[in-house]
Amino acid sequence: MESSSSQSAGGFKNSNLVQAWLVLLLALCFGSALAAVQVQLSDTIAENKLNETLEQVPALIWNEAPAPETVQITPGTLSVEKQGQASSYTLYRVAKDDKVAGWVVKAGGQGYADKLELLVGVDADVRKITGLFVLEQKETPGLGNKVIEPDWRGQFTGKATETPLEVVKGHGEGPATIDAITGATISSRSVTNIVNATIANLKGKLDASGGQFSERSQ
Amino acid sequence: MSDQPTPTERFIQGILPENPIYRQLLGLCPTLAVTNGLKQALTMAGAVTVVLFCANIIVSLIRNLLKPHLRIVVFTLTIATFVTIVDRFLAAYMYQMSKALGPYIPLIIVNCIIICRCEVCASKQGLLAAGSDAIGQGIGFGLSLASIAVVRELLGTGALAGVAVLPAAWPQWVIMVLPPGAFLTFGLLLGLINWLQQRQSAKG
Repeated sequence: MESSSSQSAGGFKNSNLVQAWLVLLLALCFGSALAAVQVQLSDTIAENKLNETLEQVPALIWNEAPAPETVQITPGTLSVEKQGQASSYTLYRVAKDDKVAGWVVKAGGQGYADKLELLVGVDADVRKITGLFVLEQKETPGLGNKVIEPDWRGQFTGKATETPLEVVKGHGEGPATIDAITGATISSRSVTNIVNATIANLKGKLDASGGQFSERSQ
Repeated sequence: MSDQPTPTERFIQGILPENPIYRQLLGLCPTLAVTNGLKQALTMAGAVTVVLFCANIIVSLIRNLLKPHLRIVVFTLTIATFVTIVDRFLAAYMYQMSKALGPYIPLIIVNCIIICRCEVCASKQGLLAAGSDAIGQGIGFGLSLASIAVVRELLGTGALAGVAVLPAAWPQWVIMVLPPGAFLTFGLLLGLINWLQQRQSAKG
């Protein structure tokens, strides 16, 4: 019945736009609902991401973090030239009682499975690594994802930055070696290479007075 | 409409007789991907239940306006909207869990359980039936994911929901938390349930 009446009504009722009025109306309603959700939540989500980073920062500079109210964390950037291309690192200046205690740098690179994102802590003159944290990784569960464990990433703490770190299988001797995770040599190497590259890029550009660090206004 | 199951029947059917995983074999992507830990599995089940419930309600409300050839478009649009909302909520209030589940929350959009329930139930029945169907199917999905996750997490890491259960001497079968473990566990549990069912029907 309905089909015969719509046929007689001609092109208007058969036009695609008219038939799809429900789809269009729903799309409009859903679109506005999503926009409202995004407006409501986007600040919280951005804050979550920032907090996750900031929470780690003091532990990457000091073994035992001092009272939070004495610590100042200033976000900023540092421009470097990598293979002829300018790029910039996001980093945090960490100071206690207005004296720069060290720097925490966000560094990324390719892991075994996907991109790795690390936080590398160094002392004020980039002479020593003071800590390492893995922000983002999708390495193999049970093998490569052991890079997030304090036991493994703790090896980086206290290493001098004069020579690049080297990954060795088994127990390495010497001041600049990192023990590979059994079954995950590539993941171990990826992390170490990112740390080495970051330090090579930052060395000489940062010091207790700030160096080439530029503060980012928030 | 007399041939359609009642709301109570819909609810009960979703839990076991028409369980989405073990009976209908639908929505296997999250079933295999996020069952390496009990917490992830339960969060996924919760997210799917919320989306399923909202989508079923909306589809049931507009069921008389649906044009047959445009219904799948409407279902997908509705599901995608609620999935995005759930995804944002997880990122805002359960940030760590949202990171652990990664792409599998957005992938609920293409989870066939929801489109199947919209098609089979919500586009034909009223609000009460659609709502109870969604909750029944959601519980069924949650129980199935939990059953697989318990086996995988326990054997793979010796823990349940992150709390160590087995003694430290447990060798931790890493394969169980890797993708092959999902296929092994799911296949064996599915076989077990079919076997139990056959034995029961042979008795009756």
